[in-house]
Amino acid sequence: MISIQNVNKWYGDFQVLTGCSTEVSKGEVVVVCGPSGSGKSTLIKCVNALEPFQQGDIVVDGTSIAAPQTNLPQLRSRVGMVFQHFELFPHLSITENLTIAQTKVLGRSKDEAIDKGLRLLDRVGLKAHAHKHPGQLSGGQQQRVAIARALAMDPVVMLFDEPTSALDPEMVNEVLDVMVELAQEGMTMMCVTHEMGFARKVADRVIFMDRGQIVEDCAKDAFFGDIHARSERAQQFLAKILQH
Amino acid sequence: MDFSAILPAMPGLVDGMLMTLKLLLLGVLGGVSLGTLLALMRLSHNPLLSKLAGLYVNYFRSIPLLLVITWFYFAVPFILRWVTGEDTPVGAFTSCLVAFMMFEAAYFCEIVRAGIQAIPKGQMGAAQALGMSYGQCMRLVILPQAFRKMTPLLLQQSIILFQDTSLVYTVGLMDFLNAARSRGDIIGQPYEFLIFAGLVYFTVSFAAAQLVKLLQKRLAV
Repeated sequence: MISIQNVNKWYGDFQVLTGCSTEVSKGEVVVVCGPSGSGKSTLIKCVNALEPFQQGDIVVDGTSIAAPQTNLPQLRSRVGMVFQHFELFPHLSITENLTIAQTKVLGRSKDEAIDKGLRLLDRVGLKAHAHKHPGQLSGGQQQRVAIARALAMDPVVMLFDEPTSALDPEMVNEVLDVMVELAQEGMTMMCVTHEMGFARKVADRVIFMDRGQIVEDCAKDAFFGDIHARSERAQQFLAKILQH
Repeated sequence: MDFSAILPAMPGLVDGMLMTLKLLLLGVLGGVSLGTLLALMRLSHNPLLSKLAGLYVNYFRSIPLLLVITWFYFAVPFILRWVTGEDTPVGAFTSCLVAFMMFEAAYFCEIVRAGIQAIPKGQMGAAQALGMSYGQCMRLVILPQAFRKMTPLLLQQSIILFQDTSLVYTVGLMDFLNAARSRGDIIGQPYEFLIFAGLVYFTVSFAAAQLVKLLQKRLAV
């Protein structure tokens, strides 16, 4: 579903991604972790071309991002993305947030879009808030709406960029619950997150990044189970975040 | 001081005020449209577009409005003759309007640019991630938020333009100030009419400024 092939990216002279390669197959859930500044958010943003890269290629569902003839907006419309800071559109109601891209990008009728949007809103447990504006919802609720908004586009894959990092602790679980459910339904997912509980529960594979490189790329059980077989850097990272 | 002559002169003064308001409204509409276009050019990644827009803005902000008005009054018919090959009378109103639109666009450009830049970058990313084209991102997501934020500034700039429209007297257009002045001259009471005109400008501008303040408070919440 996603094939990342030797991606290199520079900001000026500084190389942020170095030779990143990995595959995510259909239905797979891959968690990307690593210290801050390791390039994990940059990598996931390369997957829907929100960040350009200079070398290598990423192929999403058969479409190459590096190919000049690729229609990037069209590609992005098939890739759902959830951001750290939710990024709901504050000037629109929740319903409008859920329908605007369905009607304007996919060309669905207004009724169809509202119907779909409300069904997904119900699924994330927020149907009663349809008429409100994003500012009236809590962070956890906004993030659930953001997930519904992405799902409304019928994406072939969902990307999550630290979806719980900006949330108050008591709201993390309501978002993770939605993500777990999604994973169990067979959605292909790539998640940048520090939630190791989530990784343990639903991830098929874990990728560990450091200084712009993919250091570890292995099955979940190997990553958490056979910790001494991991690289020194990964062991240090795990020791830090699993301490408490 | 004898203000009794003002009431009979009212129809002429109202006509003048209508001219002022017409110039203001069309000037703001054109200025904001052109200014938005310029702002998008200035923020564009294309260095040529952003340089061109920057040049335009800096040029028009560095010359007096009065100069632009007189310059356009003489230049527009000349340019039109050059383009169409025949004499095309445009009249003072059109040339003034073009001058206002182009001059104000430089100021509106900077307001719109600041407004766009005040919108968090993630909003653009989210809109793009949903598959929107650059035009859709701007039209549906960024600009509606930006305009909401900058409404007070746009109105403030419009109040300035309301007063600056009086400069059209140089090319003989009968706006409110010119109407008041000429009526006063004819009757022989120039001071009374000018005082009255000043009061009207003050009342309208002051009331509008208060409204802007009120709006600012409401938008800030």
